[in-house]
Amino acid sequence: MIAIEGVSKRFASGTLALEGISTGIAAGEFVALLGPSGCGKSTLLRLLAGLETPSEGVVNFAAGRPKAGEIGFVFQDATLMPWATAAQNVALPLRLQKRPDDAAVSAALAQVGLAAFAGAKPGTLSGGMKMRVSIARALVSKPKLLLMDEPFAALDEFTRHKLQEDLRDLWRRTGTTIVFVTHSIYEAAYLASRVLVMSARPGRLAADVASNVAEGPDRRGAADYVAFVKQLTETLRAVMPDEAEVRAA
Amino acid sequence: MTTLERAAPVAFGFLGLAIWQGAIWALDVPPYVLPGPIAIVQAYAADYGTLNAALVSTLTVTVTALAVSATLGVVLALAMAASSLARAAIQPWAVILQVTPVVAIAPLIILWVNQPFLALVVCATIVAFFPVLSNTAAGLAATPPELLDLFKLNGATRVQTLFLLRLPAALPYFLAGLRISGTLALVGAVVAEFVAGSGGFASGLAYRILEAGYRLEIPRMFAALTLLALAGIAIYAALGLFAYLMLRRRDS
Repeated sequence: MIAIEGVSKRFASGTLALEGISTGIAAGEFVALLGPSGCGKSTLLRLLAGLETPSEGVVNFAAGRPKAGEIGFVFQDATLMPWATAAQNVALPLRLQKRPDDAAVSAALAQVGLAAFAGAKPGTLSGGMKMRVSIARALVSKPKLLLMDEPFAALDEFTRHKLQEDLRDLWRRTGTTIVFVTHSIYEAAYLASRVLVMSARPGRLAADVASNVAEGPDRRGAADYVAFVKQLTETLRAVMPDEAEVRAA
Repeated sequence: MTTLERAAPVAFGFLGLAIWQGAIWALDVPPYVLPGPIAIVQAYAADYGTLNAALVSTLTVTVTALAVSATLGVVLALAMAASSLARAAIQPWAVILQVTPVVAIAPLIILWVNQPFLALVVCATIVAFFPVLSNTAAGLAATPPELLDLFKLNGATRVQTLFLLRLPAALPYFLAGLRISGTLALVGAVVAEFVAGSGGFASGLAYRILEAGYRLEIPRMFAALTLLALAGIAIYAALGLFAYLMLRRRDS
């Protein structure tokens, strides 16, 4: 679906954020970009979205450069418009693309379990609910590619687990291609079908690990999940000994 | 806040007034040096027609100047947000106007602008427009970058981005600026009235203060001063309430 070939990114400030990234993302994959803060994960995500252009190399989409609405983006904060209702926030992408569709808005809200909160303003919603609205907003135009930049990092543990479970269900139901940035080994191991481990300064691709964690109701307790967490921890430790220890602690 | 705490500022104010009046009686201070609160109220009661008309005149200038400031500030802020060239061109002049004391340029403006009401509004606007301009410009520049990215990803036009995102996001900043501008507009109007009043043009409360001063009607001067202070408080409170209601309606 996407071919990333020899991509480097140097910012105007001179910082080399990414160096020599080459990989591919197949349709229907759930890819986690895992690495410590400052390893260029978010930059890579923004390159995929077309919000940044590579200094070197290319990002090629098999179906050509995505048009407006073909990419859904979820940010670390919910970044909702506080003056608009949940439904209006979700409807925003369709409104901007000039193809309003109330049924799609209701469906997206129902998909994240917030059908009853269509008329609520963000100020009256909890952090987890706001993030759900943000996810519904990203899904409303039925994107082929869903990019998520540490969307659950600011949530409490319990809400995070719930949203992780729901996101996995959603992925299995819809088959949307997802690229998910995280600095949490546990999150990457739980969610992804494939984990790209990155090293920092400059950001390089250090390892490409496929998940063999079996589907099941108790994924977090399964032995192969625990083994996968261990494998990712060791991979991270190999590429950046100090930081991996901090993260795994 | 308990009822006692709510009543405290009022009670403290009355206590202050009582001490003031008591000191005037005890020390036998003549009213042309310092009138007591009772003398001030009596002066107002004796001349409330003229003083109220002067208050209305000053408030008309203030409100007009505030409306002009709000419009001008928002238009200039939009121009500055839309183009860095416009920003570079406007910003230094706005600052120069802001730092030039209006007392110094008021005589010139009153000389140049033949229509007295217009001259007063121009002076008050010069004092008042800067907070709206700088706050709205800051608000327009502080649009959350993620939302701007989201608009870009969905192919938003510049007009859509302005009306659906930038302007609503700048509203709290604009309202905060408007509140500062409201009291500044009153200050600007009073300064301009003083200058115009020294030139013999009768208008507003500042002129009544000057006139009372010339005639040594000090209690009447204090009455006009009290009206000015109350007008300032009322403007500040009204704009605060306006901002509160606007944002509450918007966000809940």
